[in-house]
Amino acid sequence: MQAEDIGRAADDGMLRGKGRRISFFDEMTSQEGGTRSPYREYCGWFEAEDAARIQRKAQQAEALFRTTGITFNVYGAADGDERLIPFDVVPRIISAREWRRLSRGIEQRVRALNAFLYDIYHRQEILRAGRVPTELIAGNEAFLPMMMGLDPPGGIYTHISGTDIVRTGADEFYVLEDNARTPSGVSYMLENRETMLQMFPELFAKVPVREVSDYPINLLKSLAACAPPACGGTPTVAVLTPGIHNSAYYEHSFLADHMGAELVEGHDLRVIDGRVAMRTTQGYKAIDVIYRRVDDDFLDPLNFRPDSMLGVPGIWDVYRAGGITIANAPGTGIADDKALYSYMPDIIEFYTGEKALLPNVPTWRCSDPEHLREVLDRLPELVVKEVHGSGGYGMLVGPAASKKELAAFRAKLEANPGNYIAQPTLSLSTVPIFTKKGLAPRHVDLRPFVLMSPQGITITPGGLTRVAMTKGSLVVNSSQGGGTKDTWVLED
Amino acid sequence: MLGKTAGSLFWMARYLERSENNARLIDAGFRIALTRSSTAAAEWKSVLVTAGVNQAFQAAHGDYSSARVIDFLLRDPANPSSILSVIRQARDNARTARTALTRETWEAVNTSWMTLVALLKRPVREDDLPDVLTTIRQQSAHVRGALNGTMLRNDGYHFALLGTFLERADNTARILDVKYYLLLPSVAHIGTSIDNVQWETILRSVSAHRAYRWLYGAEISALKIAEFLILYRQMPRSLAFCCERMEAHLAQLQRHYEEETEAWRLAHALSHEKLAGPIQSIFDGGLHQYVTSFLRDTAGLARQVERDYRFVE
Repeated sequence: MQAEDIGRAADDGMLRGKGRRISFFDEMTSQEGGTRSPYREYCGWFEAEDAARIQRKAQQAEALFRTTGITFNVYGAADGDERLIPFDVVPRIISAREWRRLSRGIEQRVRALNAFLYDIYHRQEILRAGRVPTELIAGNEAFLPMMMGLDPPGGIYTHISGTDIVRTGADEFYVLEDNARTPSGVSYMLENRETMLQMFPELFAKVPVREVSDYPINLLKSLAACAPPACGGTPTVAVLTPGIHNSAYYEHSFLADHMGAELVEGHDLRVIDGRVAMRTTQGYKAIDVIYRRVDDDFLDPLNFRPDSMLGVPGIWDVYRAGGITIANAPGTGIADDKALYSYMPDIIEFYTGEKALLPNVPTWRCSDPEHLREVLDRLPELVVKEVHGSGGYGMLVGPAASKKELAAFRAKLEANPGNYIAQPTLSLSTVPIFTKKGLAPRHVDLRPFVLMSPQGITITPGGLTRVAMTKGSLVVNSSQGGGTKDTWVLED
Repeated sequence: MLGKTAGSLFWMARYLERSENNARLIDAGFRIALTRSSTAAAEWKSVLVTAGVNQAFQAAHGDYSSARVIDFLLRDPANPSSILSVIRQARDNARTARTALTRETWEAVNTSWMTLVALLKRPVREDDLPDVLTTIRQQSAHVRGALNGTMLRNDGYHFALLGTFLERADNTARILDVKYYLLLPSVAHIGTSIDNVQWETILRSVSAHRAYRWLYGAEISALKIAEFLILYRQMPRSLAFCCERMEAHLAQLQRHYEEETEAWRLAHALSHEKLAGPIQSIFDGGLHQYVTSFLRDTAGLARQVERDYRFVE
């Protein structure tokens, strides 16, 4: 899995604030020292277990992941040097009540994102109403003017999205980011559960955990429900991958395999008679829905980047004419752009008429002189991110930065304020991981996966929990030593 | 099925078969090098020629020392036919065709790759070579077992087996091609027996020295060996067996797709005309010429399969 791809930084960096102790919310143990209720049954089991056995199982899990091939290539590394994202055997557990609240908030958000995309590529009411500044769209690279006036099949833009959520208290959840392009990590969600079931089957008899295994079939149904007008009969779905050297290839093949869909590369496809067709052993066969795991820029060398070898020449024209569904739709990147993030509460209200159920992290837009002044004043305590950055790169974590780093970043900010946003350093919740010395709290975030079709929105209970494996670290990115956990949502 | 997927299954199987065949060739060569140091260099050279990498070896190394040849054949990344290169290509093809493989088959290929990468991390000492070669063959057997035990008998399976038998036929033919001169004098001079060690090497390189003895007893005759390797249909590495299997898998594909192919016609001709025998007529026409034309035919068949089933654009 591509490190950058699996997600972006929660709030990167180590908290090394001088003399200042920040207390973190632990999801397993309450501040009074008791076990929080979602973890009660698990902890009962854990205490009765032999630690050596769990240790052994944890090692087996690693071997299992290697054999299955859930590894990612590190570009330029020696043959056989494939990496594994660390897996922790202690599940992250979410109560039914907590999940109800989260899923309602996520659904509202995804609905709003989709409505926003439709609007922004049609009448742009939200710009006319002055709720989002026009220049934020017009000058944005993620905005695709070619999508103007185009109706994607079923009216769906964000077929698949991943909403990154962090927790800071018993009832405090924040949306850190909306991933509306090609969010990845869902194969980890599924394989983590599979691994847990293999290692500790008895646990699942004790604790009522909601299933996640129907994700691929829901994905297939959801994609099929968005078939284009040209489709006659049962829709043919294919997954478009850049190929085996892509670091997320495992996930691409996993999803294709579990959906029973063909896994295609650009060179398997060509445009024939107004349709996108794949080269089979018996000749070319039309595809109806393509779940692409390549970026917009690479989709069509005729209409986008001419040097792209990953896409299909002419696919854009087929798309325009209703010959194929592309999931997610081209141009969805404008919705998860960091510059727009701070407008999400307004966007939600504008399209749903409701207040956002899940709050945003307070965000200063450095393009605004007043915001900039405040950010510069409070720089040592803030996290500053590039508007278009991802993967936790190019950002400043105030509390972890040296004086020199702060000064250098200050200069960058002043030179190009429009390129940055700032947020407070969040005290992310912790969930214990299993270490040789027993359980130890580590910071986590959560990426639930959301499917959208004309038939509705499906959210798989749970999602991918990423965990910073290093003590004190707030970095959950796989590129920087982050790991994953199985995520349990309890039955009511 | 995608043409690319079919091609990847075909090539995955070819590479897996190649790694096993090359392990056998090294094993046979190593035995001679150990027991007859005077002919070691010549023997290593013939192993390299059989594997089709003699020129590459000469360009890089020159002299045929056992250690150098063994390392070149096992580990050299510059040698596209080294065991490491071949297993990596097998795995890459398996990854490309991942959706057409069962989990067991994929895991067997992946485990093979992981095992061999670890095993061949450093140059292999001569004392360890037999164990290493055994492991390579075991890994290959493991994959074959998973493939046979778990794959649906659909088009994908047939493409994989087509690759296996094409590679195997090619390998046996190459062994004959390199060693034919050993077989010739004894046919010409009836009564002179061929070099015992040499004929054993030939049989050993197709894992059939015991089978031969069970079949023909103590009679060591060039004609019999050639007959065994070319025409004997019960011998799983003979040309006749391999061609019969290729024809059968192509027939299955024709049935599956309800479409006749030129590839099947070529395989049918190979199996029924080229391998009709008897062995004497093959010797009469010239063993070398025969093997050369067989290699040309199988290469042609491979190209035809690629075309008929659209492996590439």
